[in-house]
Amino acid sequence: MMTAAIVAREVVKKYASVTALDGFDLEVAEGTVMGLLGPNGAGKTTAVRVFATLIQPDSGHVEVAGIDVVANPRAVREVIGLSGQYAAVDELLTGYENLELIGRLYHLGKKGAKARAEELLEQFDLTEAAGRRLKEYSGGMRRRLDLAGALVRRPKVLILDEPTTGLDIRSREATWDAIGELVASGSTLLLTTQYLEEADRLAHRIAVIDHGRLIANGTADELKDQVGGHRLEVTLSDAADLDHARAVLAPIGHGEPVASQEDRRVVVPIAAAGGVLVDGVRRLDMAGVEVVDASVRRPTLDDVFLALTGHRADKAGQNGEGVKAGETKNEESVR
Amino acid sequence: MSAVGLAVGDGVVLAKRNLTRTLRVPDLMMSSLIMPIMSTLLFAYIFGSAIQVPGVSYTEFLLVGVFVQTVVFNSVITGSGLAEDIQKGIVDRFRSLPISPYSVLIGRTISDLANNVLSIVVMVVTGLLVGWRIDSSPGEAAVGFLLLLLFAYALSWILAVVGLSVRAPEVVTNASFMIIMPLCFIANTYVSPEGFPAVLRVIAEWNPVSAVTQAVRQLFGNTNPDFPPGEAWPLQNPILASFLWIVVMLVVFMPFATSRYRKAVAR
Repeated sequence: MMTAAIVAREVVKKYASVTALDGFDLEVAEGTVMGLLGPNGAGKTTAVRVFATLIQPDSGHVEVAGIDVVANPRAVREVIGLSGQYAAVDELLTGYENLELIGRLYHLGKKGAKARAEELLEQFDLTEAAGRRLKEYSGGMRRRLDLAGALVRRPKVLILDEPTTGLDIRSREATWDAIGELVASGSTLLLTTQYLEEADRLAHRIAVIDHGRLIANGTADELKDQVGGHRLEVTLSDAADLDHARAVLAPIGHGEPVASQEDRRVVVPIAAAGGVLVDGVRRLDMAGVEVVDASVRRPTLDDVFLALTGHRADKAGQNGEGVKAGETKNEESVR
Repeated sequence: MSAVGLAVGDGVVLAKRNLTRTLRVPDLMMSSLIMPIMSTLLFAYIFGSAIQVPGVSYTEFLLVGVFVQTVVFNSVITGSGLAEDIQKGIVDRFRSLPISPYSVLIGRTISDLANNVLSIVVMVVTGLLVGWRIDSSPGEAAVGFLLLLLFAYALSWILAVVGLSVRAPEVVTNASFMIIMPLCFIANTYVSPEGFPAVLRVIAEWNPVSAVTQAVRQLFGNTNPDFPPGEAWPLQNPILASFLWIVVMLVVFMPFATSRYRKAVAR
């Protein structure tokens, strides 16, 4: 039987004006990668800070590697590696000095810290930049160094809080590759992200968090199945027809069609793929709605998120979501 | 490893990191090295020449005041350094490691102590060049330097409280100056408080800076009959008073700073 590397039960953490975690549950099996997915302000970072012993929950129970985080935080720190949302490395120190410092604080001793720093610089392809101060590093290099810092002690449980937020596409790819290698070596990894693509690509299982609660948990495929088999997606030539199109398509879907103003698109959850595409387009044609593009596809994690929370997960989605987006934004500014 | 050994061991590692940073930031280097030189020269030549005291050397009297002022001003770095490290998230990274919960504060105060040693060495050399002399035994002089450093160390804990309470690094310096300016100037650092208005005179007499300044003047043999220390008990027994002040400051502000630190990071 597999043991759990992280267990959280009914965790509550309140701040003056916000309830960041509101009865949060999570279980991460040893040796697996869990993607903790949610929009800004959903409680991801608070959860990570509780797991990493940086803050104490108001109530609830949390164990990391079988150790209670409230009762014995020191022991938890011995077995975790944390890499934060904002690369928490010292920009006035060189890459080598940063890793050596972390090694010393893990009490590896002078020699041990030096050897481990050199090893990690090599592993993360930073040997050439080892002697340069971090402020001369690119965003992607910093993130890699931060990641290396989390691995100094070969942690049993690695926690990465939005490891690619704010990176450009190329640096994101490089960071994903680095994480992918870690995953292959069998560490337990908890990864928070607001990018569906990231969770889809790196995680074995995905936990969806919103308003401080776990709202779904499963493999990417399970989550996609959970929200329904397929999606009919039609793009209209005129955004003014969106409401009309929704009404026309409603009878063929097994869920409410959702319209998006920005890309003039209607998405309809459907039970099975066969025949629906033709049927849908014919109905729109008869109703006098001009269609630019139409397709049937498997749901993406974005659809999953939309179905579960009523709002989209990524930033672009939030902006197109009107009232919902506004709510999420407010939460963001409170944090 | 014992709890104290761990706290000091981790503290020293972090202090080394702080000092490396200081050496790499021109602004910080400026305040620890150039400012003491400038203060010494300015006070010696500008005030030293403006305030003529027949027959005695005002410069000798003045320089201990400059020493004390410099270590007081240096303590601002403790608060701003802590605030900056917390804001940048680096303290979170340290706290995710199995280090002593006291080591961030101990590391910061140790590195500021080292910074003060550097400033004092620079000022002593500059002072000697402009004619200041220690007119006492080496033993007394050593106690004088020890007293200066202990006082600086105790002050670091007070300014740590300021930095951890204010938290925005840009505001810490201003908030700190509201404390250290009166501390430095409502005192006997540059003039004798005898001539102050009554209220200010009492404040000056019981100001720890006055006790320390008078103690160091005595220990360096830099007292001056034309600047009598004053009748108040701390100024008549300055060495004892200074040590008492230092003990009180450490006993009050070490736990206070520690609890402030816990609050500041637990969010």
